[in-house]
Amino acid sequence: MTYFMNYKHFYFLIIINVLFGCRSESQLTRIEGSRLEINDSLNDVPAIENFVAPYREHVNSNLDSVISYAPKTYSKTDGELNTAIGNLLVEAVYEQGNPIFKSRTGNDIDVVLLNHGGIRSIISEGDITKRSVYKILPFENILVVVKLKGIIMHELIDYLIKAERANPIGGLKIKVDQEFNLLEATINGEAIEDDKSYYVVTYDYLYYGGGNMDEFLQKGDSLYVLDYKVRNALMDYFMKTDTINPVIDDRFIKVN
Amino acid sequence: MKRRAFINKSAATTALVTLGGLSMQSFSSKTSTKITILHTNDVHSHIDPFGPNDGRNANKGGVARRASLIESIRTENPNTLLLDAGDIFQGTPYFNYYGGELEFKLMSMLKYDAATLGNHDFDNGIDGLYAQLPHAKFDFVSANYDFTNTVLDTHIKPYKIFKKDGIKIGVFGLGIDLDGLVIQTLYKETKYLNPIEIAQDMSRILKENEQCDLVICLSHLGYHYRHDDEKVSDLMVSRQTENIDLIIGGHTHTFLPKPTIEKNRSGKNVLVNQVGCYGLYLGRIDFFFDSDKNKAGKGTSIIV
Repeated sequence: MTYFMNYKHFYFLIIINVLFGCRSESQLTRIEGSRLEINDSLNDVPAIENFVAPYREHVNSNLDSVISYAPKTYSKTDGELNTAIGNLLVEAVYEQGNPIFKSRTGNDIDVVLLNHGGIRSIISEGDITKRSVYKILPFENILVVVKLKGIIMHELIDYLIKAERANPIGGLKIKVDQEFNLLEATINGEAIEDDKSYYVVTYDYLYYGGGNMDEFLQKGDSLYVLDYKVRNALMDYFMKTDTINPVIDDRFIKVN
Repeated sequence: MKRRAFINKSAATTALVTLGGLSMQSFSSKTSTKITILHTNDVHSHIDPFGPNDGRNANKGGVARRASLIESIRTENPNTLLLDAGDIFQGTPYFNYYGGELEFKLMSMLKYDAATLGNHDFDNGIDGLYAQLPHAKFDFVSANYDFTNTVLDTHIKPYKIFKKDGIKIGVFGLGIDLDGLVIQTLYKETKYLNPIEIAQDMSRILKENEQCDLVICLSHLGYHYRHDDEKVSDLMVSRQTENIDLIIGGHTHTFLPKPTIEKNRSGKNVLVNQVGCYGLYLGRIDFFFDSDKNKAGKGTSIIV
């Protein structure tokens, strides 16, 4: 204690401590730090294990329940500018999302825009389970619809062309040449009108800046949040589809 | 050592205020007390251990095993606090199925004493978090989130003080800027306040006003951002504040083999620790207090 105070103070402090207890006398003398690994050398606490068991059984049996069937294996690397798995996801988002959007606004979704990076797993040939859906879409993305003018749709198309990858799209058709110059772009089979509004369904993640798509998505007039997770949309789509049969088509292609 | 200097300054005041009424407190016969701080971070709903075939963490983790380790440490030293630095939620289907209920119930069974909030704890929105609070028998501390205009108002405290064998331990929480990490529709009107300023206020309140023997910052700011010197991190908080003894961190999933010893702005030692993620490790820091006057004044040795 002489470290900081003179003799007079020292005695004063002792007297106070005698009168009022010794708590303030406690000196921190030593600190020891260590890191303990949690591994199989430790026993389970039975009460904890027993508590978790019914939850685990429910989750596992539910995750392993078969909800659809894949006649072959689908990967996001099969296909240059559009893929069967991406097109399936687009189909699911439109099928499941459009009735909700229409019931709320009276309008139909025109375009689906998702991202290639968001597909996190293949669909393996055989039974599709809920667990498969969690692997394909592990993130908590929610479907949102943005109202975009045709003139902004051209920015969206530019983005897709510059990306040169199979970002999943629907309702929109893009044809480019070998140097990725735009040859033709249509929405629902018709030429894009600059002043016309189009309803684009996407993920909240992309709207808020994921994949740098916010540059055009944020130029929309209105945002409709569907309160529907994309994972749940895919799950619900699988549950009503006995056997999937997605294909690569001509929605985004490169021609000679 | 800062504390000792403070005792010197406040001794006269204490005497004046308390000489009138207080009865004499009894002395404890023992002369030393050990406080054990156990901590986890970013457990991310990892309740089951990783399986034997996992590529990275085979046979590691698991809440039932963590429970037995904690039990044995508590038996050895009842003066133990168990803390979590946030991101309790999100990472396994348990969260998707039960919304965090199981995580909070298990942490209550393990007798967690306090936790702070991570960004992923907002993944089901502030309402989703609020709905699970009844399952948590421990308190959440966060000093730099202003929840005034949200359902969490009054439910999250800036700090909590624990008393173990006469030693006062103040624990306050710091959260990361949610903007860009969580969609605003989820965190709603939660306001993020400057962590450095809040940490300085909190540690002063805990050390000087509340006279805590130990001040612990439970942080979800992240350990350190090598490519962004401006971004607030645990190392930055440790260097730019004073009165903090230990920062327990999270968010960056940093696996520190041992706590980092930093110097605070008045040159005193601060420990900063973080144990990665997924409940693979439990951090342990033991603080030894001595009331033996012969040992006093020799400073604090740190063994890590």
